[in-house]
Amino acid sequence: MGLSPEEWQAVRLTLGVAARAVGFGLPVAVLVALLLSGARFAGRPLVDALVHLPLVVPPVVTGWLLLLVFGVHGPVGAWLWAVFGVRLAFTTAGASLACAVMSFPLMVRAVRQSLDAVDRGLLDAARTLGAGRIDRLVSVTLPLAAPGIVVGALVGFAASLGEFGAVITFAASIPGETQTLPLAIYAALQSPGGEAVAARLSLVSVGLAVAGLLAADVADRRMRRRVSG
Amino acid sequence: MISVALRHAYPGFALDAAFAVPAAGTTVLFGPSGCGKTTIIAAIAGLLRPDGGRVVVDGVTLCDVAAGISVAVERRRLGVVFQESRLFPHLSVRGNLRFGLRRAASGPVRIADIVDLLGLAALLDRRPHSLSGGERQRVAIGRALLSQPRLLLMDEPLASLDAAMKAEILPFLARLRAAMAIPIVYVTHAMDEVARLADHVVLLERGRVRFAGTLEEAAARGDLPIAQRDDAAAILTLEVAGHDEKRRLSCLKFGETVLQVPLLVAKTGESVRIRVPAREVILATSYPIGISLHNIVPGTVRAVTEDAARHAALVEIAVGPKCLIARVTPDAVSRLGLRPGIPVLALIKAMAIEVL
Repeated sequence: MGLSPEEWQAVRLTLGVAARAVGFGLPVAVLVALLLSGARFAGRPLVDALVHLPLVVPPVVTGWLLLLVFGVHGPVGAWLWAVFGVRLAFTTAGASLACAVMSFPLMVRAVRQSLDAVDRGLLDAARTLGAGRIDRLVSVTLPLAAPGIVVGALVGFAASLGEFGAVITFAASIPGETQTLPLAIYAALQSPGGEAVAARLSLVSVGLAVAGLLAADVADRRMRRRVSG
Repeated sequence: MISVALRHAYPGFALDAAFAVPAAGTTVLFGPSGCGKTTIIAAIAGLLRPDGGRVVVDGVTLCDVAAGISVAVERRRLGVVFQESRLFPHLSVRGNLRFGLRRAASGPVRIADIVDLLGLAALLDRRPHSLSGGERQRVAIGRALLSQPRLLLMDEPLASLDAAMKAEILPFLARLRAAMAIPIVYVTHAMDEVARLADHVVLLERGRVRFAGTLEEAAARGDLPIAQRDDAAAILTLEVAGHDEKRRLSCLKFGETVLQVPLLVAKTGESVRIRVPAREVILATSYPIGISLHNIVPGTVRAVTEDAARHAALVEIAVGPKCLIARVTPDAVSRLGLRPGIPVLALIKAMAIEVL
């Protein structure tokens, strides 16, 4: 099954976009998960709802909202352009941002579940042994939640590979820049005689998804073994 | 001095307990489940914020609700051994032992000594999940000691172990008591642990302190719940006076006289702890003759308490500064005319004395 250089480019681009979506999204997801699994605070339900918004709102709406905020005329987008000369809308970075936002709730959920499962008794024991708040987080909570963090990363990566609506709305479908696999498949289907290209790319998509799931399973088992001894 | 005064209310339970014990040796908080022992330990450790009261250890105020003082748990320098060992599953035994050590100011407890004392050498590279319950508790004790605590708190550390594991770990605890200068506050509802480990006892009943004092006193008082148990016994710490290899007997100094017990391995001059069960002590007002008995101890009746549930009476006998306790029938009390101040002889079979 030979892929054309353009098709290879779409594959590489997709992997790069998904990697950056996880690279930037996961640390924030861990922080938000920590916030949500910690002590109750007044705004918690609001934060919780906000985090889950991309999961329930149509992706095209999320993409459009991103455009409103991060577009060159949006409040954040205009500032980024004026201060750093950085443009997100219709760029590879923008595609990554769209993927990060869309997969964010999935990452937060996976991390939060493993944080909630950390035995409070172990944290009390760590306190009696002289570990302060940050120390407990670094030396007990995060290592014990590591399986959930790895799973969150893989789930976020897999979701980013398939993200369509938000990416096409916020970043458009520019070959070599923002045209990830799903967008390339869609474009091929729109052009006459593109079925063969669409079929090849779909096969690659499925292959990546299966590989991702297998990796998640292996990683999960390894991490669990490490954590539980 | 460890001085504790705590008030705390849960729905359906109120703790209002105060006691002060020397900051040396082992103090056992003893009482039935739900009497407030664990609440006291949690409040001393700082894991529970009491409604009122104060905790002062060796002149350092760890908590004083009225004055608004509450030292953070991580700065109290108290080692805590929990019932479920709470070892960190992602760390090896060595990693667990080092956890507290790395975070503590330098102190006298060294990792090599702890490994030696608790027999941990073969376990160092193992993970907690591969250890037996007893091994886990030994590691947890080592980990707490290596955090260089000013006080070691142990919350029913043997309660989740079966009898065999308990028997395996009790000698380690007894050695710990002898080898370490760190005072221990130990919570249990098991009398055998009290007898083996305690120097001081705080008896708790429904959230209140019934008695606080030495183990010898707590065990010999007929009016306290320990003497009301089937296994009531005087618990005495006595010095070995010498051995008679030929007669296969050892002599223990006891007041003006000696107690003879089956030959011991302890050296002369060493202290041993013995148990003299109350129901094995016979009382007499004159010396019997032609009897197999080795131990006839003269003493004075200190108190007589009725034990109505058993149709029995508990007689406390002062022997110098120490005290024996005998469980006899009320009929024997009236026949011999036993009442406080009466001189009496306590007859104790050598074989009835249990060396702990």
